[in-house]
Amino acid sequence: MSKLLLIIKREYLAKVRNKSFVIMTFLSPILMVGMIVLIAYLTKVNDSEKRIIAVLNESDYFSTDFTTTESTSFIYFKGLDLESAKDSVLNTGYYGLLFIPDRGDLEIVAEDSYFYTKEAPATTVLDRLEDIFQDRLRQRRLKDLGVSAAEYAQMRDKFEINTATFAGEQNLKGINEIKAIIGGGFGYLIMMFIIIYGGFVMRSVIEEKTSRIIEVIISSVKPFQLMLGKIIGTSLAGITQFAIWIVSASLLLMVVLLLFDIDPSGLSRNPGLSANTVNAMTAVPSEMDTMQLYAAEIYQFPWALLIFSFILYFILGYLIYSSIYAAIGAAVDNETDTQQFIFPIILPLMLAIYVGFFSVFSNPHGPIAVGFSLFPLTSPIVMLMRLPGGIGEGGVPLWQLLCSIALLIITFIGIVWLAAKIYRVGILMYGKKPTYKELFKWLRY
Amino acid sequence: MDSILVAESVSKQFGDHVALNKVSLQIPQNSIYGLLGPNGAGKTTLLRIINQITYPDAGEVYFEGEALKPHHIALIGYLPEERGLYKSMKVGEQALYLAQLKGLDKAEAKKRLKYWFEKLEIGDWWNKKIQELSKGMAQKIQFIVTVLHEPKLLIFDEPFSGFDPINANIIKDEILELKSQGTAIIFSTHRMESVEELCEYIALIHNSEKILDGKLSEIKKAYKNNLFKVGVETPAESPLLGELKDKFEISSTAYHPDEGLLDFSVKLQAGEAKGFLAFLSEKADIASFVEMVPTANDIFIQTVQNRDIHE
Repeated sequence: MSKLLLIIKREYLAKVRNKSFVIMTFLSPILMVGMIVLIAYLTKVNDSEKRIIAVLNESDYFSTDFTTTESTSFIYFKGLDLESAKDSVLNTGYYGLLFIPDRGDLEIVAEDSYFYTKEAPATTVLDRLEDIFQDRLRQRRLKDLGVSAAEYAQMRDKFEINTATFAGEQNLKGINEIKAIIGGGFGYLIMMFIIIYGGFVMRSVIEEKTSRIIEVIISSVKPFQLMLGKIIGTSLAGITQFAIWIVSASLLLMVVLLLFDIDPSGLSRNPGLSANTVNAMTAVPSEMDTMQLYAAEIYQFPWALLIFSFILYFILGYLIYSSIYAAIGAAVDNETDTQQFIFPIILPLMLAIYVGFFSVFSNPHGPIAVGFSLFPLTSPIVMLMRLPGGIGEGGVPLWQLLCSIALLIITFIGIVWLAAKIYRVGILMYGKKPTYKELFKWLRY
Repeated sequence: MDSILVAESVSKQFGDHVALNKVSLQIPQNSIYGLLGPNGAGKTTLLRIINQITYPDAGEVYFEGEALKPHHIALIGYLPEERGLYKSMKVGEQALYLAQLKGLDKAEAKKRLKYWFEKLEIGDWWNKKIQELSKGMAQKIQFIVTVLHEPKLLIFDEPFSGFDPINANIIKDEILELKSQGTAIIFSTHRMESVEELCEYIALIHNSEKILDGKLSEIKKAYKNNLFKVGVETPAESPLLGELKDKFEISSTAYHPDEGLLDFSVKLQAGEAKGFLAFLSEKADIASFVEMVPTANDIFIQTVQNRDIHE
């Protein structure tokens, strides 16, 4: 036992002291936050280009509709004819000229209006102008029909069917997707961890082989102890790295956001029309209610179950995959020979993420979702996607969870046993490029 | 004869390849035991079995009369042929780690390491990284790590490879000193002159089988072919050589007229030497008379070749 601790300690320190590991650990959050800041900054720069649009309005309409916003301002030309207005817009470098002729009726006015620009106009600008026209036209037509704005809003009300479970609980639309996303986040974390640190385990085994220290070590400890120590040590280093990333990235992000005064919500907000009539018509208050309902729903997720099963699936899944990685490292002499063996490992992980995501998204209890959450090589990811729905009624049936865990444990024992056998033989084999057939033979040594 | 290690018809097979076929050995206490054999004979497999790195398919290995168990690892020191160190780890740290894996506690390991580093004059390497050292320097560290836990049985597989002659001598002296302190040593090598110098016992493994073993001096005696190398001072070659050839079995003659020296080999059965010398001393002055004892190298080559012919 103390030997295992020694190995874990050495592997951990060797990893943590490694220069490229240190650089990666501290550079990644900076890069990550840097990217976010850069994107935010660029978006801001992009938005801050001020466009001036001249409006030559000869009609009786639209006298107050073109309001200046952050990115666009309007200048009204008065008493100019179209040609001289075009000339002056071209000379002043304004973005464009909106010409609204006097044709009496609004419909015809709108029909004959023109927007002149040097080049084809940006879609956002065009959208905005079109919205204004459309809005005005719609109001006119409603008025002609004798419908008030409030009535129209009512008319536009989207109908949503009420859904409930048989137990009488209110269901929320889209909550399945949110559940899958949250569970998928956990699953994705497991996949990333396996790929990154499984690779580390493999390289570390190859290093011991190529530096020829392996035989010295295993004359003191059992190969299995060495393998286990290596996997645990490397994953502890990985957890350390992840922890540093999460903590420092969030700290850094906070500092940077404060420093540059960037509104994080601005990153997602679509710069567009400020509240005009159309927006006012859509039911903002009910949207707020929905958000609150979602928040409440998310709050009511079985977090304890989620976190507990995340830890369980994480440990078992990671141990399964990293022992395969260790066996591959032992089988080859250098990293270039690993390709043919790596692909079959990545495949179930990818399948788990993508197939899992789509099937759980559409129906968390469909046959594909259930199958993938039972199959041990994909269950650590897919089961976590299903679990936010809880256990039992409306969620994952208890037998499926237990079955999945049991299968995972059996597979874990089997795979680790096989991997240890390959590892034990492989570490002492030099100069052979192994085939699958060869590996199979090693199992009987 | 008390044996520290006994192997009883140990066999090991990898797939279709037989690596060891019923090999039995007795390694005496406090001796240097040479394990010889051509490449691929199965020496390394045998050493790995002794170190419990692999396990025999059949047969038993006993350490001090007790079937080999995991705890015996601490009593054995093994310097494998394929040896290396972690490249990016510091010398001292690494030596400490390896010593602790052998079961030494940290303080004790540190104390002994200091002693050995002083002894081999490498004290200033403690904080160097292995990748800064030459191959010979790294070999010294490996040697120290192998002997540090003061095992009762030391196993060296090609210990001198990678050493320059001066350092090889230092290591040889250390091995002899360890032996004088009571350690038994298994010594696997191709370098026959070091076998001659160090080993009291040898075993020869060829094609997975032990084909010869025993005390080196006795094996040599058995392999003697009663040839003697003689040099005599004589002004002319012809009459003397003729007379000798009539009476004895003479071969490979060479006359050096400048020095007036005749060299030849003679085959003498037990008891014949006295008569031969009496006869010769009447005819000429004897410059040299030496029995030609086969070297370990001769025995090695002869035995292996004989074996190959018979198969």
